[in-house]
Amino acid sequence: MSSFFDRYANPTRFMRLATAVVPWTAAATLLLLGSGLYFALFDSPADYQQGESVRIMYVHVPSAWLAMAGYSTVAVASAFALIWKHPLADLVARAASPVGACFALLCLVTGSLWGKPMWGTWWAWDARLTSVLILFFLYLGHMALLNAFDDAARGARAAAILALAGFVNVPVIKFSVDWWNTLHQPASVSKMGMPSIDPRMLLPLMLMAVGYTCFYVTVLLLRVKGEILSAKIRALRLSLMQVANQ
Amino acid sequence: MNNYFSMGGYAAFVWPAYALSALVMIGLAVTAWWNLRVRERDLAKLRDQLP
Amino acid sequence: MTRKQRRLYFVLLGMLALGGATALVLTAMGDTLVYFYTPSEMAGKQIGPDRRVRIGGLVEKGSVAKDHETTNFTITDLTATLPVTYTGVLPDLFREGQGVVAEGRIGRDGVFHASEVLAKHDEKYMPKEVAEQLKKSGRWQEGADTAK
Repeated sequence: MSSFFDRYANPTRFMRLATAVVPWTAAATLLLLGSGLYFALFDSPADYQQGESVRIMYVHVPSAWLAMAGYSTVAVASAFALIWKHPLADLVARAASPVGACFALLCLVTGSLWGKPMWGTWWAWDARLTSVLILFFLYLGHMALLNAFDDAARGARAAAILALAGFVNVPVIKFSVDWWNTLHQPASVSKMGMPSIDPRMLLPLMLMAVGYTCFYVTVLLLRVKGEILSAKIRALRLSLMQVANQ
Repeated sequence: MNNYFSMGGYAAFVWPAYALSALVMIGLAVTAWWNLRVRERDLAKLRDQLP
Repeated sequence: MTRKQRRLYFVLLGMLALGGATALVLTAMGDTLVYFYTPSEMAGKQIGPDRRVRIGGLVEKGSVAKDHETTNFTITDLTATLPVTYTGVLPDLFREGQGVVAEGRIGRDGVFHASEVLAKHDEKYMPKEVAEQLKKSGRWQEGADTAK
């Protein structure tokens, strides 16, 4: 495992790998989201109870999944940064956090837009909704801590500790609908057993979910590349200043 | 066609959900790409200044 | 033990302690974290009329009676039932056999006076034709999940 990381977590190698991969994930994103949107908006049935409003599911559920995947990225990267002090890990956490925050926000807003016509309320303080709101605040806290210190390394450390501590929230989000009575319905798509969703509705949901994932990978790779370049620029500026002072 | 856009009376909820998702995701992609471009340019300029 | 190993164990131990603490707190808070009580839970709680609560369950078949703006219906969890009265606009999903959550106070008359009624939907998604087919073939499980 450590040889794998030595190989690909080297920033220069990572840059090369990312440059090679991004066109493919970008193309896959366009293809999947294009076909997903077609099925989601034109070629899928209305729900027997919810009617056409069920189409909000195709943007709401993938953003919820990506909000949790984004937080997992931040937490895993933070663990690597704290334990193995890997130079790339801090950059990955820094790059992933705003993307995850955007998905968490999208999840909350689209959920609200779905809740109003179906449940009859924009918001309810039930365990599921509240834990997702906490996830959003954890993202905000992480981003704030990253920039709260003059010494970037100290900020990264504090943010990494917050990210790891906040990770307990992820299983709480996932299982909140099973542990407590909530207004939010339980999961329809789980690994165990058949999903309780019609195949013609599962198809656009899955296309959108995989499309969102490809989108996330693409944007994350671009942002990590950007972070690597920023680090290089900072180092170069420093050495230029030293040259000028001599 | 009008019938389609009305989304069975849920147009005011369905379309904003899709529009906001598109807006945020396009924003994320464009800023990620643009920042990368800017930094590539800055880095090239700095490298030219090196003795 | 190298410094890396020490840090690894430190992080693992920290996560374990935090996870355990969270589990304990959540279990201790258990009852306050639920969004609503079911009618059976209500029966065991003896909640007075001065406390606002939410109750959830299914709208009992044939119990809905509308009188102008006021709707009377019965909430059931298939074990216990509770009569509810509500004045106001109901959500689109409100119908007999549907899961609902009502917020309000229980009156001295034993009737729940709701100030807000929310609809709860289950995790089943399917087109109308499929739902009708399932009902016709008798493979439909009414409210099996919502009533939990």
